[in-house]
Amino acid sequence: MPANWVNPLRDERDKRLPRIAGPCGLVIFGVTGDLSRKKLMPAVYDLANRGLLPPGFSLVGFARRDWADQDFGQLVHDSVREHARTPFREHVWARLAEGIRFVQGSFDDDEAFRQLAKTVAELDEQRGTGGNHAFYLSIPPGAFPTVTRQLAEHGLAGGGQPPGVWRRVVIEKPFGHDLQSAIELNQVVNSVFDEESVFRIDHYLGKETVQNILALRFANQLFEPIWNANYVDHVQITMAEDIGLAGRAGYYDGIGAARDVIQNHLLQLLAFTAMEEPLSFEPSQLRAEKVKVLRATKAVEPFDETTARGQYTGGWQGGVKVRGLLEEEGFAKDSTTETYAAVTLAVQNRRWAGVPFYLRTGKRLGRRVTEIAVVFKRAPHLPFDHTATEELGQNALVVRIQPDEGVTLRFGSKVPGSTMEVRDVTMDFGYGHAFTESSPEAYERLILDVLLGEPSLFPGNEEVELSWQILDPVLKHWERSGTRPEPYPPGSWGPPSADALLARTGRHWRRP
Amino acid sequence: MIVDLPSTTASQINAKLVDLRLRGGAVALGRVLTLVIVTDDSTELEDAIEAANDASRMHPARIIVAARGSRSAAPRIDAQIRVGGDAGAGEVIVLRLYGALAREAETAVMPLLLPDAPIVTWWPGAGPRNPSADPLGALAQRRITDSAAERNPVRALRARAEHYADGDTDLAWARLTLWRAQLVAALDLPPFEPVTSATVTGQSDSPSTELLAGWLLDYLQVPVRRMKAEEGQQGIVGVRLERASGPIELYRPDGRIGTLSQPGQPTRRIALQRRSVSDVLTEELHRLDPDEIYARALAGVRQLKARRKAGVA
Repeated sequence: MPANWVNPLRDERDKRLPRIAGPCGLVIFGVTGDLSRKKLMPAVYDLANRGLLPPGFSLVGFARRDWADQDFGQLVHDSVREHARTPFREHVWARLAEGIRFVQGSFDDDEAFRQLAKTVAELDEQRGTGGNHAFYLSIPPGAFPTVTRQLAEHGLAGGGQPPGVWRRVVIEKPFGHDLQSAIELNQVVNSVFDEESVFRIDHYLGKETVQNILALRFANQLFEPIWNANYVDHVQITMAEDIGLAGRAGYYDGIGAARDVIQNHLLQLLAFTAMEEPLSFEPSQLRAEKVKVLRATKAVEPFDETTARGQYTGGWQGGVKVRGLLEEEGFAKDSTTETYAAVTLAVQNRRWAGVPFYLRTGKRLGRRVTEIAVVFKRAPHLPFDHTATEELGQNALVVRIQPDEGVTLRFGSKVPGSTMEVRDVTMDFGYGHAFTESSPEAYERLILDVLLGEPSLFPGNEEVELSWQILDPVLKHWERSGTRPEPYPPGSWGPPSADALLARTGRHWRRP
Repeated sequence: MIVDLPSTTASQINAKLVDLRLRGGAVALGRVLTLVIVTDDSTELEDAIEAANDASRMHPARIIVAARGSRSAAPRIDAQIRVGGDAGAGEVIVLRLYGALAREAETAVMPLLLPDAPIVTWWPGAGPRNPSADPLGALAQRRITDSAAERNPVRALRARAEHYADGDTDLAWARLTLWRAQLVAALDLPPFEPVTSATVTGQSDSPSTELLAGWLLDYLQVPVRRMKAEEGQQGIVGVRLERASGPIELYRPDGRIGTLSQPGQPTRRIALQRRSVSDVLTEELHRLDPDEIYARALAGVRQLKARRKAGVA
């Protein structure tokens, strides 16, 4: 857009107008995968249904199957029917279907990429996508170098496009498996797409509640004054899943819980919780603060005492007999892949000096829950006699990220009756159980942000590298120790060493 | 659950609400506002409640329905409280008001408002000409009328344009949002040329068409022509913005699919379905601050009328 052009109809006070992306298309690699069918394509439809996609929006699938456009259209149709959040409307679907194309080929097939380039050019012609395309790589990271090179060679990547035309690439975790590999991966991607055009999806950051952490902290006077080492005792960040790893051996074996979850999701949540107030909500400002806090974060040693890892065994869980990891198909009988990981981190700045951040994640735990619990210090003096406050715990503010999104505040209250007795109660803000059905899926928000070129909610490569820098020493220690992850029964809250890890400092894990 | 309280008072209703909450456990969903629905005791009542319940899933609310019954009957309040499955994500209190109370509904509504939370008043059917002077409108931060539901929609809209006060809004305006979004987005694309004139086509009694014309007039300050739609077409039918290199045209003949054409671009089809009441109501509840853009569109509507009177297009 020329600098001197002022759109006469645009008024910044006009908050009703949805942000509609300009003319563009989306190309998905690995379109037959689970993620693509269950999340991406339904999210694209939901966006269309909400009127947020530009007219002429096009969706190109790239995969090995020998398919025609209609076959791919059918796949999209079925996955939309099954997984979309908003109701199915025939005429919305018909508009979307007009822009659906399929290109068949493997990643090293030059002919297929020539075909892709042709398809994209045709779409610009027929549908007016204006040369703007995002490439969503829903493929194993091993294939990134090939695909990005192919995109560059066939003129699909950023270089050499006329001004005002964009090409963007979207990649999913894992962003490497340690610092070294992450740097290499970043180099591969950045050699073809400059950093501004790279969008790393961390779907947690698309969730309303995660963005609400910023609102909670920086829009209120109530919390920020106590959001520091003077008042906070420690912070627990939990992401628990009740499911196991059946069918995911190919991805998970040798990766483990720490790499899969702590490196990306939990450290991002930590960054949101611990960062200083950004100067503004400009993407660059937000990133600057996240980078700063991640730079200050270190894993606390000695790791034998400050970390824990576990592996689930077989047994009964919630009325179902489940297999242990070692019996799951695809895992070696002596696999040392951890399915539970807990680490202790310190944020070395004035605000957080001496406040441990405990991060834990695991499969086959008690229930599916993700939350951040900020646990406050006890009141320095209690003017009650000991028996009155025996049942009083520590005050806590819990941000519930999923499911049942909301915020809980726990504090002491008098038990009704003639004696003074104080007990913990909770005050609850729910986004509302019913609220979630209309609040957009994380992927909708993130795909729209990619098309709008709005990078706030995507971790930059520096953040990725810093996260590995924090986690690498722990991973190395585990590798060198020569011990196996500790077994824990399914449906429990992890191995005994995890409890011991907090008990050492007189603390205990919250039962989420 | 539905609880009927025949011939009751506001304090009895309040006591019952507390009682229901105590017995049902602390089901306090964070309610963010009180929505007062003003209607006649008729069939439109249940439709309005249903739309409000839908909207309350996005904006949890206490919904108070002031249903005005026969003014000649003996003064009485028949109340009904709906909670849980019968009430979206909040609670619904239906007040059927008879006799003198039907004229002074605000006295029955006032004691039932949520503490501190903003108040929105919505007239799903015929509403006052001057919403902010109406007693039930005066107590609200936001007053939502629906000109399209009036007997003479365009006249009602013009009356509201005369009496506009901050916080007024109309569902006819929310029905325009998708159109406006497409037009704004189209002007973000090359060629970057000023609009020289505009034409808006729609049903002769469509207030949304009127508002669209007013919005374009006020923001573009160019001649805006208002054309009548053909027989059988609904709502807004088309907009055409003239520019030196050719027009931008958004055309929706069937009320569902729009086509967008502009020079240098292939013609594109967009899903542009007419929106349901709960959908536009949800949009209205999203923001409770004054809608300056709506105020300017109303100013445009007044200008249009003045120009028409003066005989200039």
